[in-house]
Amino acid sequence: MKHVTALVAALLVVALAAPTVLAFCGFYVARADAKLFNQASQVVLVRHDDKTVLTMANDFKGDLKEFAIVVPVPTVLEKGQVRVSDRALVEHLDAYSAPRLVEYFDDDPCSPRYPAALQAPMGMATARRDMAVDRANSLGVTIEARYTVGEYDILILSARESGGLETWLRDNGYRLPAGASPILGSYLKQGMKFFVARVNLKEQSRLGFTYLRPLQMAFESPKFMLPIRLGTLNADGAQELFVYALTRKGRVETTNYRTVRLPTGMELPVYVKEEFPQFYRAMFSQQVEREDMRAVFLEYAWDMAWCDPCAAQPLSVEELRKLGVFWLDEGGAGVRMGRRTAGGPVDVFMTRLHVRYDAAHFPEDLVFQETADRANFQGRYVLRHPWKGEARCEAAQRYRESLRARAEQEAGALASLTGWPIEEIRRKVGVIPGGENSGRRWWERLYGE
Amino acid sequence: MQALTPVETAVHPPVAGAAAPVLPALRWDPRLYQIATLSGLLGYGVFWLDLEVQTRTAVAIIVTALVTQLVCTRLTGRGRFDPRSALISALSLCLLLRTGSLGLAMLTAAVAIASKFTLRVRDKHVFNPTNFALVAMMLATGNVWVSPGQWGSGLVFAFLLASAGGLVVNRAARADVTLAFLASWASLLVARSLWLGEPLAIPLHRLENGALVLFAFFMISDPRTTPDSRAGRLLFAALVALAAYAVQFTLFRTNGLLWSLAVCSLIVPLIDWLLPGRRYQWRSSP
Repeated sequence: MKHVTALVAALLVVALAAPTVLAFCGFYVARADAKLFNQASQVVLVRHDDKTVLTMANDFKGDLKEFAIVVPVPTVLEKGQVRVSDRALVEHLDAYSAPRLVEYFDDDPCSPRYPAALQAPMGMATARRDMAVDRANSLGVTIEARYTVGEYDILILSARESGGLETWLRDNGYRLPAGASPILGSYLKQGMKFFVARVNLKEQSRLGFTYLRPLQMAFESPKFMLPIRLGTLNADGAQELFVYALTRKGRVETTNYRTVRLPTGMELPVYVKEEFPQFYRAMFSQQVEREDMRAVFLEYAWDMAWCDPCAAQPLSVEELRKLGVFWLDEGGAGVRMGRRTAGGPVDVFMTRLHVRYDAAHFPEDLVFQETADRANFQGRYVLRHPWKGEARCEAAQRYRESLRARAEQEAGALASLTGWPIEEIRRKVGVIPGGENSGRRWWERLYGE
Repeated sequence: MQALTPVETAVHPPVAGAAAPVLPALRWDPRLYQIATLSGLLGYGVFWLDLEVQTRTAVAIIVTALVTQLVCTRLTGRGRFDPRSALISALSLCLLLRTGSLGLAMLTAAVAIASKFTLRVRDKHVFNPTNFALVAMMLATGNVWVSPGQWGSGLVFAFLLASAGGLVVNRAARADVTLAFLASWASLLVARSLWLGEPLAIPLHRLENGALVLFAFFMISDPRTTPDSRAGRLLFAALVALAAYAVQFTLFRTNGLLWSLAVCSLIVPLIDWLLPGRRYQWRSSP
């Protein structure tokens, strides 16, 4: 039995009656082995003039025989509208837009200058075909299209009613999660089709890829949304979804849920550099809790022509085209003079949205709109290294005293952002050079804890 | 001299027989309640929801609206300058309008107020000024937008209470159009979900929306644009709900309510002709 694995959080059915490895779309920060958010899906949504190119990346690590996805789509997709993309492109987009750390080094307090910013980006970084058709017909299921793209066997299904579709899927080895039927029915009544993909093992071994490459589809529809309802059926709790929207005019936001900016710009203790992935995960969880899990978070909004600081270089025109940015071909119409940086493409605005959702807090699918907002936004956290050199002037004494207050402030900011215990943070911060430990008052030092 | 909800009488002495206050200057003006409610919502949005309304933009919108009101009053010679209605339009714009340009924000405010003086049929505004300005600027520039999801669903209940309080203060003057609209809209949403076999959490989530409350209590209820007769107003409310449904669920466009109200406002003269009524009949009630 194939497990229908939820895919794009959004678009998919996450299935699994049995606990399958659902390491979907791992999201990495800093180091490749630092998997940050489990069960995360990554979707690249290229959109302009009702034309959409959707890329769904996954990091499925289980038995490929078990892999299958079911995605509601607004139209029947012909073979030419579906292709296999390159996972590196999605990873590049992720790295480019990920929350980042910047480091500043204090100057010698005895010869003050405004600190020059040094930044250390941390990029978080089918055989009996006729019989099958007959059976499908008897269930009211129509196989609108069937083709193989790369290592995937793909079916586009439509159906008269959800019961028949469900039976057909089960008969064909897809294990649907409980509660899928009414949701399938709702999408059917809205005129949607189902994109069903599973791995063609022969093709897969012939092509020689050891992992599954992202699937990409191009279609035209006024619907600017991601169907997440099937994803909420997953029994494994909340789902994590990253949406990288590439548009022409400006920032993308949800119209039926609040879009909230991730807190940004705080100064944090420098040890966070070693624990940045943990920090990002804890901070995101804390923000989700603060918003009662009812918000979509904006993590990045930037003109793709540049970045500052860059967690990774902007994507090239070629990379963007491969991700489906179709308007860059239009006779250079997209080139906006004066904004272009070396090798950087233009006329693409990127929005990175991050949402943790479940059925209770996100009852309906995500609906988006593109706004005219081109203001830049990024999740950026600042580390300020104290001056460690010799300093014997009078200013140095004041500077050292200020370090204590600063350390306490940074510890407080970190505690507030992540919910980590302040005492633990102070312990990790350790002794502040040139001063007493952190911001503890004299009586706190006298009486201990 | 225009407000988003029924308030026109407040500036004039009530008709004979009504409880005339001893000091006319202190007479209760329902518009003050509206201004207080909208200001409260704006404060809540800015300080709690981080609505991205910059103080600078809000001040610019309010000042532009008041100046436009003053200039238009002088130019047309229509009575005294009265800042209250213009203030209500300006506060509504602060709550709904989003743009990256200060100039466009000011232009939108000017368009809103100027529309009251220019777009009139039989001495009645064709459009609610806030609604007209938003729709016109969205169409014309593509650089202003409305973010209907930004109010979230958290405090909608409190929101609803504050707005409903306005109805009581206004003696339910034109509550009929608000209530009829909410009933029609809720029915459509629930019916859709029942038809699709969706859980009721979906229509409830759609109804728990601050932008919807704002629309129902402060925009569609405008006495200067709604039909004169009660039957006409009920029909109007149902039409607005129906057209908004079509925009949202068949055209899949954002801000169905705003587009729908603007289009339906065009047929109000027809409704008034078919179902004539006494304008501002609530004025005569005690």
